[in-house]
Amino acid sequence: MSLLEVKDLQVRVEEREILHGLSLTVNPGQVHAIMGPNGSGKSTLSHVIAGKLGYEVTGGQILFRGEDLLEMEPNERAAKGVFLAFQYPVEIPGVTTWNFLHAALNAQRKARGEDEISSPAFLKKVREVAKSLNIPQDMLKRGVNVGFSGGEKKRNEILQMALFEPAVCILDEMDSGLDIDALRIAADGVNALRSPERAMVVITHYQRLLNYIVPDVVHVMSKGRVVKSGGKELALELEESGYAQFEDAA
Amino acid sequence: MNVVAKTETGRALGDAFAVARDRLPGKGKIADQRRQAFEAYERSGLPHRRIEDWKYTDLRALMREVLPLAPAPDAAALGRAAAAVKLRAIDGVRRLVLVDGAFAPDLSDLGNLEKGLGIRPLREVLDAGDGALSARAFATDISNPMVALNGAMATDGVVIEIADGTVLAQPLHIVHVASGTAPASMFTRSLLRLGRDTNVTLVESYLAGEGAKAYQAHDGLIVAIGDNARLDHVRLVEDAIDAFNISSATISLGAHAHLNTFGLTSGGHVSRYQLTVTCAGEGSKVETNGVNLINGTQHADTTLFMDHAVPHCASREIFRAVVDDRAHSVFQGRIIVRPDAQKTDAKMMTRALLLSDDAEADNKPELEIFADDVTCGHGATTGALDESLLFYMRARGLPEKEAQALLIQAFVGEAIESIASDALREVAIATAQRWLEARA
Repeated sequence: MSLLEVKDLQVRVEEREILHGLSLTVNPGQVHAIMGPNGSGKSTLSHVIAGKLGYEVTGGQILFRGEDLLEMEPNERAAKGVFLAFQYPVEIPGVTTWNFLHAALNAQRKARGEDEISSPAFLKKVREVAKSLNIPQDMLKRGVNVGFSGGEKKRNEILQMALFEPAVCILDEMDSGLDIDALRIAADGVNALRSPERAMVVITHYQRLLNYIVPDVVHVMSKGRVVKSGGKELALELEESGYAQFEDAA
Repeated sequence: MNVVAKTETGRALGDAFAVARDRLPGKGKIADQRRQAFEAYERSGLPHRRIEDWKYTDLRALMREVLPLAPAPDAAALGRAAAAVKLRAIDGVRRLVLVDGAFAPDLSDLGNLEKGLGIRPLREVLDAGDGALSARAFATDISNPMVALNGAMATDGVVIEIADGTVLAQPLHIVHVASGTAPASMFTRSLLRLGRDTNVTLVESYLAGEGAKAYQAHDGLIVAIGDNARLDHVRLVEDAIDAFNISSATISLGAHAHLNTFGLTSGGHVSRYQLTVTCAGEGSKVETNGVNLINGTQHADTTLFMDHAVPHCASREIFRAVVDDRAHSVFQGRIIVRPDAQKTDAKMMTRALLLSDDAEADNKPELEIFADDVTCGHGATTGALDESLLFYMRARGLPEKEAQALLIQAFVGEAIESIASDALREVAIATAQRWLEARA
């Protein structure tokens, strides 16, 4: 069974249809890249998979390990193993990163019928992960993402990804706002999490990110559909010729 | 002057005062003051919405009537009170318990008083005919009808005196417990006097014994903080969900004195807390912080009057309200800077978080500035929880109520953080936590 299966998905925001029949099949161990120009519906897809309000699914299905994802609350999807790394991670003043991560991890474990993780065990785990991502301890004591630089916010997303050990990671424009060094650190973090059981969907506007996170499959999106799929060489082709050729195809 | 026809309930209370008079301690001058105070109350009756200060808290509509005095607690009532007190006991404090309007010596801790600390029940002070102390206990302004009524009817309370230079190691904890099973009123009045160079922490709690129903708690606290003294004050209102709490505190500060006061209201059906703080000595400093956590049909009103009477004083007010269901939160904060009070630094910030479409929060900040060399400001905001934050948190696995709880804790956190004592801050956090868990 495939891990994530998007079938003929149609989505409206207010009166406008953004996705018109999008299909995508992601198997364990694979890294998929979704590329496309602004407004092609890439972020809409990531939001609908995660369960954000304000999107009306008018047709199609999203199955996660064969289960209907659209019937689940966002927190249930997270507990099942769906993770969205946000393009713009929010700042939550007054809620420390420690507290937030501990509460979130325990909520996921509780939803799966697992025992809660104790504070000392949690501390140990977070410290290890933070160290591997070069995240200083004092960042964890601050409000979630409060006063973090763009790179720190993205690293915090990857920290959470490492901590929650999801089955599918959707990375929404992970490269936006990052300089080349920050991008490399973030990409290293993501690569370290690649495994035969885990799949990743990397949404990006630019080919640059794919030099660091090398995909197995590349999809080109235009006007709410996947218009072409291929191997990693497709990304390079796009870099050469741009998206214009697909605008007409869509 | 308007002649107001007496309502049925007004007449009933008039009779109640006549009946109660013999039970009220204090003879001679005190009895006269009580009568005057009652007459002042009777002239206006229960405040209603056409009186500006009571626009949002119309007691005539919400409370309808003042109930007769509660009987003195019997052994069973004291037993229920003891159980309630135990449930909310705070470690390391000196506890002073008032049950149904009477000081309860057996539930209180009057042993081994530290040097410089004097504690006596108000009734004893009045019965002993201590003129100067009694006069202080009844020195409040009777132009406010509910304060006047409290003065007329107060049956007991505690009178606490702290001698110059005393630093109390143990916080004082006044616990107000209602434990009568029939609806009734209790009126208490307490006096706290801090001498020069003293340092005191006072906690006040309002609790209900099991089975206490629809009671009315009326308290009046009068505090004088001497020169160079510091008072930390934490007030927690966890009254029964059908109870009324109409209380006031009148606090004055001497030169270079410091007041840090925090209030949290999560209980009671209708509550009104009238806090009057006067900077009467130069260089004094005031921090006033408050939190309302209310739901259902609760109504909680904090009305603050911050009076800058002299130069070089600073005040800060932070108020946070979290309002769910059809509850109604009111914050009225008035800052007066008198003509002489140059170099005053006064700031007030009030924010309300509405958790439902039917919740209501009224924030009314007012500045009246009569001096020209001052720094004053106020701000007020009202809003809902940020959906983008909630989505982020839910996408990380937190169920909606848990995500809301973390955001609510953060929202009230700034006010709770102001509590100086770590232990008491934890008590306030635990109180807020109980409210959050009850709604989850």
